[in-house]
Amino acid sequence: MIHIFQNYWGTLLYGLGQTLLCSILALVFSLILGTLFALLEESPNKFSRGIARVYIEIFRNIPLLVITMFFYVVFPLYVIKMNGFTAGTIGLTLYTSAFIAETVRAGIQSVDSGQMEGARANGLSFWQAMRHIILPQAFRYVIPPLGNQFVNLVKNSSTLAFVGGFDLMYQGNVIASSSLETIAAYSAVGVLYLVITLPISYYMRYLEKRLA
Amino acid sequence: MLQNFIDAYSPDNLRYLFGGLGITILVSVVSIIGSFIIGSILGIIRYVKIKYFSAIVGVIIDVIRNLPLILILFFTYFGLPNLGVKPEIIPAAILAMTIFESTMLAEIVRSGIQAVDSGQMEGARANGLTYWQGLWHIVLPQAMVKMIPAIVSQFISLVKDTSLATIILLPEMLYRSQIIYGQNTNYIIPMFVAIALMYFVVCYCLSVLARYLEKRQA
Repeated sequence: MIHIFQNYWGTLLYGLGQTLLCSILALVFSLILGTLFALLEESPNKFSRGIARVYIEIFRNIPLLVITMFFYVVFPLYVIKMNGFTAGTIGLTLYTSAFIAETVRAGIQSVDSGQMEGARANGLSFWQAMRHIILPQAFRYVIPPLGNQFVNLVKNSSTLAFVGGFDLMYQGNVIASSSLETIAAYSAVGVLYLVITLPISYYMRYLEKRLA
Repeated sequence: MLQNFIDAYSPDNLRYLFGGLGITILVSVVSIIGSFIIGSILGIIRYVKIKYFSAIVGVIIDVIRNLPLILILFFTYFGLPNLGVKPEIIPAAILAMTIFESTMLAEIVRSGIQAVDSGQMEGARANGLTYWQGLWHIVLPQAMVKMIPAIVSQFISLVKDTSLATIILLPEMLYRSQIIYGQNTNYIIPMFVAIALMYFVVCYCLSVLARYLEKRQA
């Protein structure tokens, strides 16, 4: 396995970079989208609650790979050309945003309802109260599950390998087929994934314990 | 456009797709049963803290949990032949899914047991039960009730994750839809609609079940 690192360190690093880039982009966008849909679901308006519900249910119950393939196969045909990396990142963002929406919503619900009543009684509108009173408190509870979502994101970014996204998994396949050392190549890739995911999941477990 | 849908959903194509659904369900059900049993055992081992053994099991669980499933699929399908075992596609997919999901379930089981009030075990011991009797008759049944919603949502991911096994050419829904639209590009959208719907129906039923169990427990 060591010689795989020695011979292919450039390829592996490039893959690692793509995996990280895709995961971080997807995290940022899905955090925005997820929070938005969580707010819509908690809003007093029935119509927006319905939209949020449908969005979340669709993307939670369809496999990530189907969503990614949709953007990779269907979109270029009828809408706009996109490379594997873009299609993969969009798929990952939409998929993860549904899970983040559920996480954020649970966070909002864990904030004592007196907070909202107090804010409203002090003359804030529903959205002002959400923005200034509820969300800041909710996010504290949400951080450990969000960290776990990021770990999932990094793992799920391996679907980029299906669409030629040049991520770590893709490079692993390239190395495995060119060096013919399947186990060593995949082990090297596994080590690199663990370098990212293990520290985050241990840190999140520590945070969970401290918050509990 | 409508004609594309009608052509795409010819009886032959539909039969082929539903065959894929059958394979998805077969792989899911076998992996669910396998990973439930193995995951529970691993979770209990991790909880009871047998000297060294539990720590080693814990490290193995954490390593596998933090790897992508696709990598584990590759290990079982392309890696095992190097060690002299050549699994068929369906057993390889089931093996990989079971290994991966067992470690996910082990974590759920462990935290579920930990969530049971420690007074329960103390009470059981004070009443003369051994540690294992207390675990089996008092703690585990309570933990199971708490864990069920999390376990069902893990099974939803399992069903969705079977689609990843297209990479080792498991002939399930996604793979078969690709074969169908590979013959005629007009079938692309109908095929995506069909498989998205099939996955959605299966997973949505499971999520409704998870939510029902969650409500009943609360």
